[in-house]
Amino acid sequence: MKMFKHVSQVFLQRAALWLVASVVLLAGALQTAQAQTALEIVITEGQDSARPIAIVPFQFRGEGESPYDFAEIVAADLRRSGRFGPVSRNQLPGTPGKDADIEDYAAWGRLGVEALLVGEVSRLSDGRYQVTYELIDPLRGQITGGSAQALVDGRLIDSNDHIIEGRSSVVSEPQFRQYSHRISDVVYEALTGERGAFLTRIAYIYVDFDAENPYHLMVSDYDGYNERVLLRSPEPLMSPTWSPDGNKLAYVSFENGRPEIFMQDIYTTSREKLTSFPGINGSPAWSPDGRRMAMVLSKDGAPNIYVMDIESRRLEQITDHWRIDTEPSWTPDGQSLTFTSERGGRAQVYRVDLNSKQIRRVTFEGEANLGGVVTPDGNGLVVVHRANGRFHIGRQDFPSGNLQVLTETSLDESPSVAPNGSMIIYSTTHRDKQVLALVSMDGRFRARLPSREGEVKAPAWSPFL
Amino acid sequence: MQLSKLVKAMIVAVPVVMLAACSSAPDDTSTTSTDGTTTTGADRRGVESGAADRMLSPEEQRQQRFAELRQEHIIYFDFDTSEVRGEFAELLAAHADYLVRNPSVRVVIEGHTDERGTPEYNIALGERRAQATADYLRNLGVSASQMTIVSYGEEKPLARGSNERAWAQNRRAVLVY
Repeated sequence: MKMFKHVSQVFLQRAALWLVASVVLLAGALQTAQAQTALEIVITEGQDSARPIAIVPFQFRGEGESPYDFAEIVAADLRRSGRFGPVSRNQLPGTPGKDADIEDYAAWGRLGVEALLVGEVSRLSDGRYQVTYELIDPLRGQITGGSAQALVDGRLIDSNDHIIEGRSSVVSEPQFRQYSHRISDVVYEALTGERGAFLTRIAYIYVDFDAENPYHLMVSDYDGYNERVLLRSPEPLMSPTWSPDGNKLAYVSFENGRPEIFMQDIYTTSREKLTSFPGINGSPAWSPDGRRMAMVLSKDGAPNIYVMDIESRRLEQITDHWRIDTEPSWTPDGQSLTFTSERGGRAQVYRVDLNSKQIRRVTFEGEANLGGVVTPDGNGLVVVHRANGRFHIGRQDFPSGNLQVLTETSLDESPSVAPNGSMIIYSTTHRDKQVLALVSMDGRFRARLPSREGEVKAPAWSPFL
Repeated sequence: MQLSKLVKAMIVAVPVVMLAACSSAPDDTSTTSTDGTTTTGADRRGVESGAADRMLSPEEQRQQRFAELRQEHIIYFDFDTSEVRGEFAELLAAHADYLVRNPSVRVVIEGHTDERGTPEYNIALGERRAQATADYLRNLGVSASQMTIVSYGEEKPLARGSNERAWAQNRRAVLVY
């Protein structure tokens, strides 16, 4: 009950920020709301291009107040995707809980929304809740009047083809937030044809220089909620990276006075040292099959790229150059790596084929390009692009093509791509502090995740969980 | 016979001498002042002796200068380079002289960068700065076995803030004894 109360307070706080109409009702809650989460998203650009959608508050079929506002979480998710602009609640022509409650599809059609989400919540005798929702196309509903006839196997049968999706689940209170993200995934996929990434997490490094142990390895839901500290250290922590099954993180820790690569199970807290070679042990990257780890070692002089078989700890040297090679990143097929190299003068992104060891330069524009990450579909490369001394996130077609600068923030670094390829999370500097920021793959939607205190950096977006 | 008597005498006498030595801890009439000098109760009100400054030999002067220089442990670098600037030649010479004359002393050379560029690239750049500093000292005769290098990249800034002044302070190599 206490947990629910906390979630509810945080939610109320955010609802108040976003729904001007609700401010008066929620003023009391705001005063008591505690700052429970370190990250909170501020959308800076991109609402114009979003597709209007109506997310109707789910109707509670029981006594008293609804136990949870599922619709608000869904609306926030969809807004944050940059693809959708949920219409504010005071503009909705009604609050139907199911398709049958809708009296006039035309009223919804006039809102200009391509879909509306309605839902109902009822309490079961065992204390759990039945949550039912439908995603409705109001224009189709207007045409068919809510019931069409379709020819199936040579017979005319009733069809509800204006209902795009309809689902019902039994959910217990601790799962409310997670289930809301699940609804967001269903809506997003139904309307875009692309898998949603709302049930994902981010790992990142949080630094509070005033604390006794300043360096923290953190994980949270993708939206900054359910933040957990996985490790606190008096010495730097760097470069968290997810295992493809989403159960483990690899990262660099200086806890022994030098960089070493560790692997940690995020559920059991068990951790294991993977490497401790002389010099740099850095930039770990799990292979798509989860069996190998790409990394940077300088044990033989200059920093070069290596791949380690995790089970046998057998090491294979991939690059051998006297200048800096770093930031290995796997292509989705696991057959090659991109990496940053200074072999051509300034840092640029190169690609190495793991079988032939053949190396090709990938980026050419600007003064330098670093930190390359290939998008999940294998068709794009996200980089830290340096031009006129400024660092921005850019995207170019992979393996070759023009580069498009996506961000206008300053000192951008550490890009990490959502598993559905829709969004990039990265680290930037805002008012002299390192904060996380989001940008959509087309650069139109931009948001900042300011931290209330301390520095937040090195974000890594989880795979689908 | 005479010899064995002497040995016997020593067997008895030596422990006595040692005991005496053990008990010669400061007695209650002596005090240790805050400046670390010790006076005994007897001459508390007596004469005070002073000493003139000795003339320093050139070698002693050099050592004194080096000792002062060694108070400073940090050298700074220009943006995106690992070249040791000429202005730090004397500072590094002082540390090299000390390390050469004390072969058992070990030093950790930390390499640091400013916040610009990616953290992973900066780890490599920081290592290059630490390495350049170590190479410089080795060329002045310091044994490689006395030096360990570690790069912290941009992770341990000396000055916070995103401006040229902070950046200049953070691009550094630090000698840690």
